[in-house]
Amino acid sequence: MTEMNDKKDDSILSIEHLSIRYSDDKLAVKDVSAKVKKKTITAIMGPSGCGKTTLLRAINRMHELYPDIHTEGKIMLGEENIYEMSTINLRRRIGMVFQRPNPFPTMSIYDNVIAGYKLNGIHLKRSERDEIVERSLKDVALWDEVKDSLHSRGNFLSGGQQQRLCVARTLAFKPKIILLDEPTSALDPISTAKIEDLLVELKQEYTIILVTHNMSQAARISDNAMFMYLGELVEYDSTKDMFTNPRDPRTEAYLTGKFG
Amino acid sequence: MDQTTTLNKEYIPTLSDKEDSGNLLIRRRKLKDRLFKIAAMFFSFITIAMVFLIIGSLLAKGFKQINWAFFTQVAPDTFSAMMAKSSGQVIPGGIVNGILGSIYLVALASAMAVPFGILIGVYIYENSKKRYAAIIRDIADILQGVPSIVIGIIAYIWIVVPLTKGYSVFAGSVALAIMMLPLIVRSTEESLKMVPETLKEAAIALGTPYYKVILRVLIPSSFSGLMGGILLAISRVLGETAPLMLTTLGNPQVNWHLEKPVSAVPLLIWQFYNDPNMVDLIWSSAIFLMGFVLILNLASRWICAKKKI
Repeated sequence: MTEMNDKKDDSILSIEHLSIRYSDDKLAVKDVSAKVKKKTITAIMGPSGCGKTTLLRAINRMHELYPDIHTEGKIMLGEENIYEMSTINLRRRIGMVFQRPNPFPTMSIYDNVIAGYKLNGIHLKRSERDEIVERSLKDVALWDEVKDSLHSRGNFLSGGQQQRLCVARTLAFKPKIILLDEPTSALDPISTAKIEDLLVELKQEYTIILVTHNMSQAARISDNAMFMYLGELVEYDSTKDMFTNPRDPRTEAYLTGKFG
Repeated sequence: MDQTTTLNKEYIPTLSDKEDSGNLLIRRRKLKDRLFKIAAMFFSFITIAMVFLIIGSLLAKGFKQINWAFFTQVAPDTFSAMMAKSSGQVIPGGIVNGILGSIYLVALASAMAVPFGILIGVYIYENSKKRYAAIIRDIADILQGVPSIVIGIIAYIWIVVPLTKGYSVFAGSVALAIMMLPLIVRSTEESLKMVPETLKEAAIALGTPYYKVILRVLIPSSFSGLMGGILLAISRVLGETAPLMLTTLGNPQVNWHLEKPVSAVPLLIWQFYNDPNMVDLIWSSAIFLMGFVLILNLASRWICAKKKI
């Protein structure tokens, strides 16, 4: 784990001694430190309740929506501590895609993609809007499928297409980092494969951090992996090394299926 | 097969219909089932029949009085009504003072109650765990149970006496607004609760400040629920009579001034009831009220269908 953090600094995000606790002194995340490298896919794995979702949400401060939460430590995005930034700026630089696809049902596909701008009242020229929508939809390989029905509601989209729409919506801001919280666990295998291919494509431009409870998914697409257990960051290494040569016995037990 | 003949069949309810239709337990169950079905159908039939009977008798008695004059002229005075009645003719005049008065009252009441109601509903939705919100919710429930005539008295004391120094449409609409408020508050809260949490999260993750999440995501997504609540409140106050008697007693003419009284269809029905010459106008007025509420209902459903929610 220390090796990952000492390599020459091409990291984009640095988590430093992050601890998150609910009011009844239950520590959800215990003193986690890690550096996430630029333009890679980092997978956060672990059994249920290990704190991986809390950790992910802490990166764009969505965990503050939970009641009575206390955070210690910091997360540095470049030179700034995200806990000292305005959440509005932060969430434009770090986007999030959720487990269940959640396009806005009252908006058309076109409006969904630029929802980030619309909801914030940012006014764009018509040509700029069109360009952003087209670029984002092309980046998620959805353009050809929806270009003729951009202004309709999108109820006909399948789960996988809706999820890709949600990714497009996040990409509209051209964020530095994209966080994904088990993005394919609600999807069928074919849609899952398409999203995984999409993520591998996207890492050429974006840094991707995803939480997954599916080890094989982590093995398939991630470059680096974090293993969390009961709130602790047990191991953080390149995926290949972790899977072939886990250093901690807990990691090995998890990877060999001794507990899930 | 040999097994079953040795055991006492009466106490074994089996699944097979064919061979056990003679079984007592099964027959009893089937009978109860059928009786229940018949009872349910019978009672629902009575309910439906009742609705049709009401509408039917109103229409039968009142259709004569529904003509162009009904919608455009004010209520007749008792003398001309008596003349028409004794000569077997349709009573002249109409209820336009009541129709326009009702619309004026309800529109003004909605203009007051809807913004307040939605704001309060949003507040208790957002702060649902705090004690203050629970208190507001309880007060809304209590307010809903206050008899309408008591609300009329309150509006009389607050508006009729000090403010408008006499009966006025403003006093009437304040009374109606107080009656509409709890309904709108509760239905706003319930509709907002039905918006899935995931939509809020999606908007927040896009960096939207919270008040914009409410305005641009929560409220549009719960639009049909909000409309339903407003419509329910309007339907309720359209037919209210008691509070209006104490605040805007009535007006033989159409009036648009805020501080002057105005008529309303339920008030007119009460007036017609008290005057033996004008009793025939009751039926047509009642048909109008029911028709108006029906049209409001259909209109709101059409609006929600257009928004496809």
